[in-house]
Amino acid sequence: MTATEGTRGGAGAEAERGAGPGAEAVAGAAPRRVRRRPDWGKYLTWAVLAWLFAPILFMVAFSFNDAQGRHNVTWQGFTLRWYGDAFAYPDLNAALANTLSIAVLTMVVSGVLGTLLGVALGRYRFRGRAATDLVMFSAISAPEVVLGAALLSMFLTMNVATGYLTVLLAHVMFSVSFVAITVRARVLTMDASIEEAARDLGAGPVTTFRLVTLPLLLPAVTAGGLIAFALSVDDFIITSFVSGSTQTFPLWIWGATRVGIPPQVNVMGTLIFAVGVLLAAGNVLLARRRAR
Amino acid sequence: MAATTAAEAAPGRRPAGRRGRLAPYLLVLPGWLWLAVFFVAPIASVVSMSLMTGSLTAGFTFTFETANYTRALGLYWEQILRSLAYGGLATLLCIALGYPVAYWIAFHGGAYKSTYLLLVLLPFFVSFVLRTVSWGFILADNGIVLGTLKDLGVLPGDAGVLNSAPAVVFGLAYNFLPFMVLPIYAVLERMDHRVVEAAHDLYAGRLQAFARVVLPMSLPGVFAGVIMTFIPTSADYVNATILGGTHNTMVGKVIETQYLVNNAYPLAAAITVVLMAVLLAGIFAYARALGTEQVMEVQAG
Repeated sequence: MTATEGTRGGAGAEAERGAGPGAEAVAGAAPRRVRRRPDWGKYLTWAVLAWLFAPILFMVAFSFNDAQGRHNVTWQGFTLRWYGDAFAYPDLNAALANTLSIAVLTMVVSGVLGTLLGVALGRYRFRGRAATDLVMFSAISAPEVVLGAALLSMFLTMNVATGYLTVLLAHVMFSVSFVAITVRARVLTMDASIEEAARDLGAGPVTTFRLVTLPLLLPAVTAGGLIAFALSVDDFIITSFVSGSTQTFPLWIWGATRVGIPPQVNVMGTLIFAVGVLLAAGNVLLARRRAR
Repeated sequence: MAATTAAEAAPGRRPAGRRGRLAPYLLVLPGWLWLAVFFVAPIASVVSMSLMTGSLTAGFTFTFETANYTRALGLYWEQILRSLAYGGLATLLCIALGYPVAYWIAFHGGAYKSTYLLLVLLPFFVSFVLRTVSWGFILADNGIVLGTLKDLGVLPGDAGVLNSAPAVVFGLAYNFLPFMVLPIYAVLERMDHRVVEAAHDLYAGRLQAFARVVLPMSLPGVFAGVIMTFIPTSADYVNATILGGTHNTMVGKVIETQYLVNNAYPLAAAITVVLMAVLLAGIFAYARALGTEQVMEVQAG
């Protein structure tokens, strides 16, 4: 792991030697090798990417660390033990299960609400449109700690007990605008005459929506839903305000920083990352195939 | 209300019937309700909470207690200013690193543009807290970097980088850099590259073409990026807590502690409202000058 890191970081040093074919190979891009000017943009981009991936490489590497118990800071040797023993902490498993189920529910609910909002905003002019834009813009840009504090204040004032449900309500709130914006962007670029053709051929509004509009919107709806899923899985600050005694994966890690993070956390993080990478790669391949 | 509104159909659409006029309202209603109940109402609620008095045992009553604000500002002005400073520095760092990266991907990424962009986003698949905790381990006094350097005798035994302001600022910039890269990339990618050629035809050098053509056209992306990074970085407390130790407390941590540990809700709400006022006042002035829709569209990419 650290070896790859070294090569990437070394790209900058290569520039001083002038040629940089080694860096080209690392980048795997542009076949043109002869270039008088060193490509500083490329070196910087790769250095930034190395920086972005450094803690992730650390996390993956230390999921194979033969550490003692919860002390997983220094390298002790390679082991696969933690992968066999990934679910050794019942409360960590419960936290991960909560995180995943909340994320799926958030994806579904904010996917539906956000799609409806996005279609309305992209297609119609109506009273309250500007206000909707403003509220969505505020909900997206408001800092998390403010949203968390505000929700908790309301739940306290109304004597609502915080827990799983309040986390779900909060997650839908902060992700619905992202879905709406993604869908609206798609609606704005969609060819309206296709829907008109469907209507001319005798399809009612519901049939048109189901057979024509929805399939056309589907990539944006899927993208919005995935954003909602990702936001939900990742959220820490808002969740910590409204979770009560319910644990999620990020909350469990936060709580464990004082007593030590066991390698099982690295294992789960690595597995989630792997699934994410596979999904992203699949999405890219699918988009390529569709483009052809 | 809905039926009386003459919903103008978007240009090029056939005029809608009565049902068509109602359609947008039916579509937005569930989303409106959700945002009204779980966004607008809570904001009103935190403002009202900030004007209450009472205690956890006696209960809280609304007394229009403005003293909460003087206490909040008197006790925590330092944390508020520090948060704005750290957020501002992290945002500048994000521009300094994110702009060239977005520029290079948009103009020189070629066929691999979307792959590079995906690589910038990929770290998001690892939980924000876990990434920050990983930095804490990497940079720990006896961790893989400093520990190794100390073993080699390069660094003295008491050297450390954690628990410092730069560690917090770099941590913040690290976590929010993609939010700067994306909007700038979106603007640069959409730019008609012929305008740059036109600048060259008019005898502009590389630097001049950039400064007078590319940069002004990409500013909406930078503005959106600044909003997307400055607000979350200055309100974040995860980085400050994990990487900053006890002497770099940011205002978010104060709010969290007052709410969840001390149960001093009115004071906590007052600090929250101050933070919200400072940040949102800036943002609305900013968005007004630019038009919210434009900024939002840039955000959506």
